[in-house]
Amino acid sequence: MRKKEMIAMLLAGGQGSRLGVLTTAKAKPAVSFGGKYRVIDFPMSNCINSGVDTVGVVTQYQPLQLNQHIGIGIPWDLDRRLGGVTILAPYLKSEQGEWYTGTANAIYQNMEYIDGYNPDYVLILSGDHIYKMNYAKMLDFHKQNKCDVSIAALEVPWEEASRFGLMNVHEDNRIHEFEEKPPQPKSNLANMGIYIFNWQVLRDALERDSKIHNNSDFGMHVLPMLLEEGARMYAYPFSGYWKDVGTIESYWMANMDLVKTVPEFNLYEDFDKIYTDADHQPPIYTGPNAVVQGSLLSEGCEVLGSVYNSVLGTGVIVEAGAEVRDSIIMQDCYIGANSNLNRVIADTNCSVGDDVVIGEGENTPNADKPNIYNTGITVLGENTTIPDRVIIGKNCVVCGHTYPFNYQDGKLESGQSIIRDHHMKGGE
Amino acid sequence: MKAVGIILAGGKNERLGALSAIRATSAMPVGSCYRAIDFPLSNMTNSGINKVAVITQYNSRSLHDHLSSPKWWDLGSKQGGLFILSPYLTNENSLWYRDTADSIYQNLTFLKRSNEPYVVISSGDCVYKMDYNEVIAYHERKGAEVTIAYRRVPDSDEIRQYGVIELDENERVTDLEEKPLDPQSDLASIGVYVMSRTLLIELVETIVRQGRYDLVRDLFARYRKRLKIYGYRFDGFWRNLNNVHAYFDCNMEFLRRDVRSLFMGTFPYIKTKPKDEPPAKYNAGAVVNNCLVGSGAILNGNANRSIIFRKVYTGENSQVNNAIIMEGTRIGNNAIIENAIVDKEVEIRDGAQIRGSVEMPLIISKSSKIG
Repeated sequence: MRKKEMIAMLLAGGQGSRLGVLTTAKAKPAVSFGGKYRVIDFPMSNCINSGVDTVGVVTQYQPLQLNQHIGIGIPWDLDRRLGGVTILAPYLKSEQGEWYTGTANAIYQNMEYIDGYNPDYVLILSGDHIYKMNYAKMLDFHKQNKCDVSIAALEVPWEEASRFGLMNVHEDNRIHEFEEKPPQPKSNLANMGIYIFNWQVLRDALERDSKIHNNSDFGMHVLPMLLEEGARMYAYPFSGYWKDVGTIESYWMANMDLVKTVPEFNLYEDFDKIYTDADHQPPIYTGPNAVVQGSLLSEGCEVLGSVYNSVLGTGVIVEAGAEVRDSIIMQDCYIGANSNLNRVIADTNCSVGDDVVIGEGENTPNADKPNIYNTGITVLGENTTIPDRVIIGKNCVVCGHTYPFNYQDGKLESGQSIIRDHHMKGGE
Repeated sequence: MKAVGIILAGGKNERLGALSAIRATSAMPVGSCYRAIDFPLSNMTNSGINKVAVITQYNSRSLHDHLSSPKWWDLGSKQGGLFILSPYLTNENSLWYRDTADSIYQNLTFLKRSNEPYVVISSGDCVYKMDYNEVIAYHERKGAEVTIAYRRVPDSDEIRQYGVIELDENERVTDLEEKPLDPQSDLASIGVYVMSRTLLIELVETIVRQGRYDLVRDLFARYRKRLKIYGYRFDGFWRNLNNVHAYFDCNMEFLRRDVRSLFMGTFPYIKTKPKDEPPAKYNAGAVVNNCLVGSGAILNGNANRSIIFRKVYTGENSQVNNAIIMEGTRIGNNAIIENAIVDKEVEIRDGAQIRGSVEMPLIISKSSKIG
């Protein structure tokens, strides 16, 4: 029988609704990050860098871009004859078809896939975080402590602890209590959502919990149940860079972390690289009058204008006289001549005309979604086009092909939105 | 499939000096992230040729390293593949390749085990983009036995480095001379040939038996009257890397938008071995103008009219002008580099100065330490 010691299950089905228009057409793990990467590249690369060569990627919400990105796993050397990467989408079963209703339910519905590799251990990951981690070391810890379950844990600042799922542990790191976002934290050990289970323990727990909860969830149901039953659960101490990119602000901040002169998160090491799907990797060109400072430029960028403190994805063009500042400009965007962008996130394939100003005005929260867009960042959805000579304020959302008549007096005031069909590319 | 491909990548070129002392000319780094062989190799797969032999001999380590996986050129299939053919010892034979025709002869099994009607042969050290299907279609239309791609070279000094052909009004080759002293025309072969696979096998077997080993001199030139050889005119961008000036100028031409657009901006693209470097990082003091920069570079200093390869580091207040800086080279603070070709993994210490002249760029050998 086939056998893998440990396989990974990567939960990549979530929408990430607090990322607003960035996740309208793709799941959160497929969102671009750090110029050339997508969020899912980090756990995927960690897997192969840790020797985990069998990865089931559980998808559900808007999987098309994720599927195209992962393909057969070539960028991560996960194109294998035995193992490799497998996309696990929900499917119809003889009695009924079922969506994945919770994190643990998604694993429950794929037990057959896991059984096919007869693993001793299953590593559960999510596609939501930016970090580098060696899962092989975590497995060593798991074996040393004869764990049933080990959970990666990060010490977070005490003042932020109440935003996390926390674990209270004994001196030997054995977990005795879980607390979900407690107002008065007793510990600052945050659950990073990275678990290693003994497969037989997990398998049995999933089967039992699925009879109780039809939306079986690791944090809410499975882990508390196992703790209650006296399972050996240990917190695996992790220290290093680990960032959630779940909101517009945290997404922007994590990108900006990378442009610092000596960034906390180092992408420039020779080993444990982060891999991504980029088989066409042409160089970058900066023109005779270009100014590029404090910025990351990905392959194929052409900059004739100025770029300050920004992250540019592959194939971005910044025309002469344009100025991009404190912004994230994703793959294949075009910034027209003499345009001025300040604190903008432009999703892939946007086209900004000439003499456009974005990010000017009062910091008025977005009128439709004040809880999502409120830090002065204006967001352009995928394939958005902006006509020449318009002025767009702060906390705005523009999505789709827009015409001059969409802008009253050539302006979009701070906090206003124009949402058109984002699938429309070019004209209609 | 209509054709198999052969890339002749065994050659060395003394006129490239220290640059090719450690590598085959086909492995010469070009345009911030490519090697010369990426161009013919990508042309092959972009033309639908999925079975390609690369014949290597001289200093082939860096070439083999570059070609470590066929995946990057989409050649990793069961029906095709990338065949790297280096000389080997047998009971009968302990010879290196005696020349181009001999290198094909010693690997005739590759051709005999194929069933594609044509062979496309290209040299491995020229920078160009060509759809070989068009050459094959031309070859068929003309009823040719051999088709040689050529271009016009007005410079009478330059053309002496090439095979020079003369054509009749139907584009049939009437004469062919290799590196002539007195060129009779301004039409130069660009080292791309199409011919029938079985004919190539037959002719190569014949000439090698006679102790003749060169594809151009002993086969095409010698058989120019007996075979129906036609010229295929190619007017696109084509550069040979056969001396330091040509190499330097070809790299600098990538600063032109039309050249970048041809190779990088227009599908099908030129593919290369991915190195998965992170984006290039331009720190606060960097002033980088009219430069091509590879991924993974970290730039703190000034750079002007230069080709900067992957993973180059430049220190604060450093000056790089009119230079080619190859992969992994580290330039210290306040260092000055002008009119130079700095090979891979060189360490230029703080304050060091390297100055060549506009007429003759200074070459710094791989892995040296300066200052």
